[in-house]
Amino acid sequence: MALSFDLSSSGGYSSRERRRGFSLAIPALIWLVLFFILPVCIVFVVSFLTRGQRGALVLPLTLEHYERILGPVFRPVLFDSLWIAFLTTIICLVLGYPLAFFISTRKSKQMQNVALFLVILPFWTNFLVRTYAWQIILGAEGTINGMLTGLGLISEPLALINTDFAVLLGLVYGFLPFMVLPIFASVERFEFRLVEAAYDLGANDLRTFLRVVLPLTLPGVIAGCILVFIPAIGSFITPDLLGGTQGIMIGNLITGQFRGSGNWPLGSAASIVMMIVVILGLVVYSRIGRRAS
Amino acid sequence: MQQVGIEIKNVIKEFPARRGEEPVRAVDNISLQIYEGEFFALLGPSGCGKTTTLRMIAGFEEPSSGEIILRGKPVQGVPPFHRPVNTVFQDYALFPHMTVLQNVMFGLEMAGVNAREARDRAAAALEMVRLKQFDRKPRQLSGGQQQRVALARALVKQPAVLLLDEPLGALDLKLRKEMQYELMQMQEELNMTFVYVTHDQEEALTMCDRIAVMDRGKVLQVGRGNEIYETPHSRFVADFIGETNFIEGKLTAINGKKATVVLPGGVEVEATPDQTGTSLNSSVTVAIRPEKITLVHVSLPTDQGLNARVSTAEVMSAIETEEDRTFVPGTIIFSNYIGTDTRYTVRIGESSTLIVREQNFGNFKDITFKVGDQVMVFWATENARVLIQ
Ligand SMILES: Nc1ncnc2c1ncn2[C@@H]1O[C@H](COP(=O)(O)OP(=O)(O)OP(=O)(O)O)[C@@H](O)[C@H]1O
Ligand SMILES: [Mg+2]
Repeated sequence: MALSFDLSSSGGYSSRERRRGFSLAIPALIWLVLFFILPVCIVFVVSFLTRGQRGALVLPLTLEHYERILGPVFRPVLFDSLWIAFLTTIICLVLGYPLAFFISTRKSKQMQNVALFLVILPFWTNFLVRTYAWQIILGAEGTINGMLTGLGLISEPLALINTDFAVLLGLVYGFLPFMVLPIFASVERFEFRLVEAAYDLGANDLRTFLRVVLPLTLPGVIAGCILVFIPAIGSFITPDLLGGTQGIMIGNLITGQFRGSGNWPLGSAASIVMMIVVILGLVVYSRIGRRAS
Repeated sequence: MQQVGIEIKNVIKEFPARRGEEPVRAVDNISLQIYEGEFFALLGPSGCGKTTTLRMIAGFEEPSSGEIILRGKPVQGVPPFHRPVNTVFQDYALFPHMTVLQNVMFGLEMAGVNAREARDRAAAALEMVRLKQFDRKPRQLSGGQQQRVALARALVKQPAVLLLDEPLGALDLKLRKEMQYELMQMQEELNMTFVYVTHDQEEALTMCDRIAVMDRGKVLQVGRGNEIYETPHSRFVADFIGETNFIEGKLTAINGKKATVVLPGGVEVEATPDQTGTSLNSSVTVAIRPEKITLVHVSLPTDQGLNARVSTAEVMSAIETEEDRTFVPGTIIFSNYIGTDTRYTVRIGESSTLIVREQNFGNFKDITFKVGDQVMVFWATENARVLIQ
């Protein structure tokens, strides 16, 4: 997994600094090996085992779970999940970039801090609670439908809950801050005298944005997209609560296999497939990003 | 009659007050007329409002009041990218994600020049500033190299008006001289209007047609280099441009082009009165350049002429033509050999001192004056000026 995203614009550290950097990272590396690499290895092994009596894991090794995942029942869910995660990322970007730009160009530091505080304010409430709140807002007898029927605008309640739309809404709502914060950081570092230089050389607003502002804030955009896309594709609470049977995502499938009388090897295989898809996606994305900047 | 290229009319720029502070008046009611094809300097100390003035011409700031007219058109509200002006920024403002060549090509691309031609013209501009590192990123260049990229980037568009904000500040002396020459040549060939900001008076004097001397947001004096150097209207201008002696005294008489000033201790000197007129008996300053003063030994009888080793043809003729001049007795209190010249500090009267520059014609051993020598100091009256303080 030798992925590297050049998020900082300052490269080139001396070898001494690099060595010192490595020793500082040792605690985190131990943590990663124990709680990330090792579990992934276990999952990888389990995905080839057979499900025995009452969910026990037994030999022989088999590829049957991978066949099922890539087969007609599970494949559409995988593609749907990719599509929804992709849409979530795009919508977050379209909403988040202008917002981050707006916040970081406020003159008063206080205003900026207040705005940033508002962006992360939802984190102060449990994610589950917030998602239930959406259920109440979107439900057949919920806030929106209640208001519209009350006003006599509709007679039948709108089908808001238990749709892809609701899932998308919930995901965008949940992950928008992950887009805003890194973009804010890179716009904040952006030097606006470069905009003046571009204007001076005859570039209008649009060209200045495309040729100067966007390339120089791209690290934030890349980071934001990764931070939104990865949790979005693996999410299961939002589709569970807001998507009903309609909006099942691969995360729901995987959690399903690990609950009750689930099928651990099948869930593991689904996890591995999802991971491979995400990594492939990141590789392609980082290539594109590198070429663009 | 020359055409006016840039007209600045009663422009004031005030930056809003920060909390607990006064608003900053960076530019305080300046009016300037800069002609087409002129090499015009804005000269002044740090913080006097030079950059702010340029930024208003370029369109990055709007004047708080007053008007700027570019080539006959008022430009209020016209965005920078629609003004026929390019800027060499004081802090370069190079695009960090582009190579040197891409930086220089940027302006041409925005003007719709095709890629091939843009590349050729950019390469030529870079050659002019003696830069070969086309494919480096700005952060891989030294300060002086970055400055030259900034210069090339603005020059390559050959705008009607080029604003240069201390464009050679980071260069070493030799390169700076070369660039000065290149800029002067280019400006003349292409008949561009240059507004050249510097705080280096020598640079302003050597390069520019006219100079505006600024201080604390105001333009104190505008004129050709020699006018400003020879006839500064204020103490600030005299002090800022070149080295000047200021001696304080009391104005006792004005007789046509001759004013008499009494220094502390009763010594009388003569100087040219200020044009604005000064009332008698007021405290005034007499300004005189060190190189306009001549020293002679008092031990030699004056009828035998000057000491041959200090006299120059010029001094001799000044004396022979009986031009108006002031003689003052003094004592050498310090002598400082600086190569081409020797700088003497001479005490005159009770408490006044003068710096005098004498060119070193002969060998070092010929230097005539030693610390403690009694001397006679003299100057042509027209070279000393009475300034109001
Ligand atoms: N955006 C701003 N807000 C507040 N004050 C400012 C601003 N820009 C400039 N000033 C003030 O205006 C005055 C003039 O600044 P300016 O940059 O024009 O000086 P300058 O003559 O270019 O000086 P230097 O030779 O150091 O570059 C300074 O006192 C500066 O602090
Ligand atoms: Mg400046």
